[in-house]
Amino acid sequence: MSSELRTRLEESLIPPLVALLVALVIGDLLILLFGQSPSTVYRMLLEGALGNPYGFAQVIYKTTTLTFAGLAVAFALRAGLFNIGGESQIAAGAFGAAVAGLMLPAGTPWILAIPLCLFAAATFGGAVGWVPGVLRTKFGAHEVIVTIMLNFIVLALLNWIVTSHLHVAETVHTPDIRAGTVAPLSSFFSAFHGSAANLTILFALAAAAWMWWYLFRTRRGYELRAVGLQPDAAEYGGINVGGVWIRAMTISGMIAGLGGTNFVLGYKHYYEEGFVGGAGFLGIAIALVGRNHPVGVVIAAFFFAVLSQGGLAIHAFVPKQMVEVLQGAVILAVAVSVPAVRAALIRSRRVPAS
Amino acid sequence: MVAIDKRFGSVQANRRASLEVPRGEIHALVGENGAGKSTLMRILGGLMKPDAGTVEVNGRNVTGWSTQDAIRAGIGVVHQHFMLVPPLTVAENVVLGKEPHRGPAFDRARALREVADLEQRTGLVVGGERRVADLSVGEAQRVEILKTLYRGAEILVLDEPTAVLSPPEVRDLWNVLRTVRDQGGTIILITHRLDEVMDLSEAITVMRAGETVARLKTGETTAAGIAHAMVGRAVALTEAVGFLPEEQTTAELEAAGKAAPAPSAGHASATLSVRDLVVVGARGTNAVDGVSFEIAPGEILGVAGVEGNGQTELVEAIAGLRNVRGGSITLAGTDLTHASVDRRRAAGLAHVPEDRHRRGLILDYTVADNLILGSQQRFSGRGSLDENRIRSYADALTREFDIRPPDPALAARLFSGGNQQKVVIAREMGGDFSVLLASQPTRGVDVGAIEFIHRRLREARDAGKSILLVSAELNEVLALADRVAVMYRGRIVAILPARHADPEVIGEYMIGAREPTAA
Repeated sequence: MSSELRTRLEESLIPPLVALLVALVIGDLLILLFGQSPSTVYRMLLEGALGNPYGFAQVIYKTTTLTFAGLAVAFALRAGLFNIGGESQIAAGAFGAAVAGLMLPAGTPWILAIPLCLFAAATFGGAVGWVPGVLRTKFGAHEVIVTIMLNFIVLALLNWIVTSHLHVAETVHTPDIRAGTVAPLSSFFSAFHGSAANLTILFALAAAAWMWWYLFRTRRGYELRAVGLQPDAAEYGGINVGGVWIRAMTISGMIAGLGGTNFVLGYKHYYEEGFVGGAGFLGIAIALVGRNHPVGVVIAAFFFAVLSQGGLAIHAFVPKQMVEVLQGAVILAVAVSVPAVRAALIRSRRVPAS
Repeated sequence: MVAIDKRFGSVQANRRASLEVPRGEIHALVGENGAGKSTLMRILGGLMKPDAGTVEVNGRNVTGWSTQDAIRAGIGVVHQHFMLVPPLTVAENVVLGKEPHRGPAFDRARALREVADLEQRTGLVVGGERRVADLSVGEAQRVEILKTLYRGAEILVLDEPTAVLSPPEVRDLWNVLRTVRDQGGTIILITHRLDEVMDLSEAITVMRAGETVARLKTGETTAAGIAHAMVGRAVALTEAVGFLPEEQTTAELEAAGKAAPAPSAGHASATLSVRDLVVVGARGTNAVDGVSFEIAPGEILGVAGVEGNGQTELVEAIAGLRNVRGGSITLAGTDLTHASVDRRRAAGLAHVPEDRHRRGLILDYTVADNLILGSQQRFSGRGSLDENRIRSYADALTREFDIRPPDPALAARLFSGGNQQKVVIAREMGGDFSVLLASQPTRGVDVGAIEFIHRRLREARDAGKSILLVSAELNEVLALADRVAVMYRGRIVAILPARHADPEVIGEYMIGAREPTAA
């Protein structure tokens, strides 16, 4: 058993590390191209992200949204579906949380208000995820197309509702919610003062733990992974493939929707047009780098949050876009080298036929 | 091609295989499933490189060349599965990859003219302006041949070209191939059907277990002579390689004591009854066209037939994986015609699917997880899987069915073909069932596993189970079945008791050379 565990650890850790190494080498070359020293720039990047309490707290905040975004994509991918709709599902969830927070009377106890707001976020995000699931199952419409199109539709719809009915004058955001706010981390650690980090990070970690349990310990998770790996074999095993698709897309949307609460409940306390800022799309990269495993997703989300926060610290030396190039390099390196390294590992210890 | 070796993992697909075909000859390459014919042709076509041996074309050593090299040198392969673009016209498909052009523009008029010329010359008339999507299977195949000839093919390889054709279409194809030969073309024909070999070819190379075991002149041999070379001995077909005669096995069993497991209480025995079943196939035609039969407890009904005559659709319809257009399926009196896969399993139906890599196994799941596929409900309490029960169940089945290596925590992908098939067999036969659908149960597995699987099938039969056995290997059907049903073009054309069945007669039914005797 312990050798099996070692095998699995090797298979899940070595390929991403190789990919990271490749990406760092590409980053080195780029930094040299700008006439800077790679070691200096990397050190500044890490110091900016992890070397001071504020930066670290911002990393936690970014990790929270990115974890939800990555988990959502990974969950759908486990069922063999590509959810490109994270962006609009996060926005819908945030909007749902804001509406719930606005409708609750001021002074509603948090023990009631927060679950209601989370429920609203999951419902709104889940509804946006449910649509492509149903269209795929009933009409064979490809979920990639549908989720991309839904991004336009849902974001435009939300913007219209907010700017025409719910906004505070002269702004593109709603009024502050009256109940359901999640405490900032700075109220526990004063060093984090001024950062956006809040307790939603705990919900993100709980969502990752739940997803692990669901995928690997429940019958529904067994069926979902079976559909993702081999739909024909799943059908043969009596699994309702279409039903699994709908369920997977809905839950994926719910997870993404919960990601919207980090901003609304934990940070600004209102819904604002355009706040998602590409986190939903970055979720695709995070799922890829995290190899669709909840633990991998959390680690990858943290990694991308460090890159993003550290990027702010280095743009005196190299263009800030360098960080985006580096992110791209990581994604490409993972896409190319992970399957190759993994195949090599498996080849090196194939079970001899007996 | 001289002394070609090719291994895939533990399987030796070609072992010192040699093939020599002179210009202007129609040469048949025959052998049982898995004898290595396709591998040899893939090496010739440049799709694979041999581990050892040399390939020469027109005296030039071309060992290990690429597909582009092969095409340029005039080798054209017509695959069993067509590689055409359905929305395009015949002419557009034929010239694809070598389109005539005027400047940057596609020269449609010239394409049509050249294709019409080619049709005239070869007698392969289809009509350049028709859309490929509207063609019949026979016509689509002509387009494939035209395509290879347009690219200048002089050596034509046809892989099972008649598997999808009706008898008149086959006759047309023969005429076309003879014309091509008369114009100096060389043709290599891969087939199972010995009547076709006798009909068309001038010389024959026989393959068995990866080796080329015989090279015969068609005029100097008979169908029986070829069959002898294919199987390896001049004995009755039931004693062919790997298929133990029944008496011997029973004796072994008695020697081993009470080996047969007691029938389980839940679904001890039941009759499977199929009435006037009609199932639509991939091409919109009736792949199963009014099939009726009954299997009694303690009986194996074998289905013989050339592949593609509706066997796959028949089994999948009974298993609940394909919609039924007409007729009925009942198990122990319960109507299951439109029931879900789950309900059929609950009613006692087990199914060993023909394709273990696509349907039978989830290759990235562990063996343990594969062993509960279909009964995952039974192994989960209140939604979460009962890991301990799954593990002990998997350990027990691994032991009972001798799955090697005996570690159910390993991914199914890592196991050899024979052991993968044992996993499927263990899952379907280790549980509670009354009726078993066994489709190609020994395809691509080694001799040891074949013996094991056959023994389990007989034991199940002796324990009162009803078994539908579908196999492309007539030997296997004859060795195991109590009665043999022969399928041809979606119908059962004969049902005969296996003990007195004459392989010759069955073979004639299989190719439609005998009038149906059963509905």
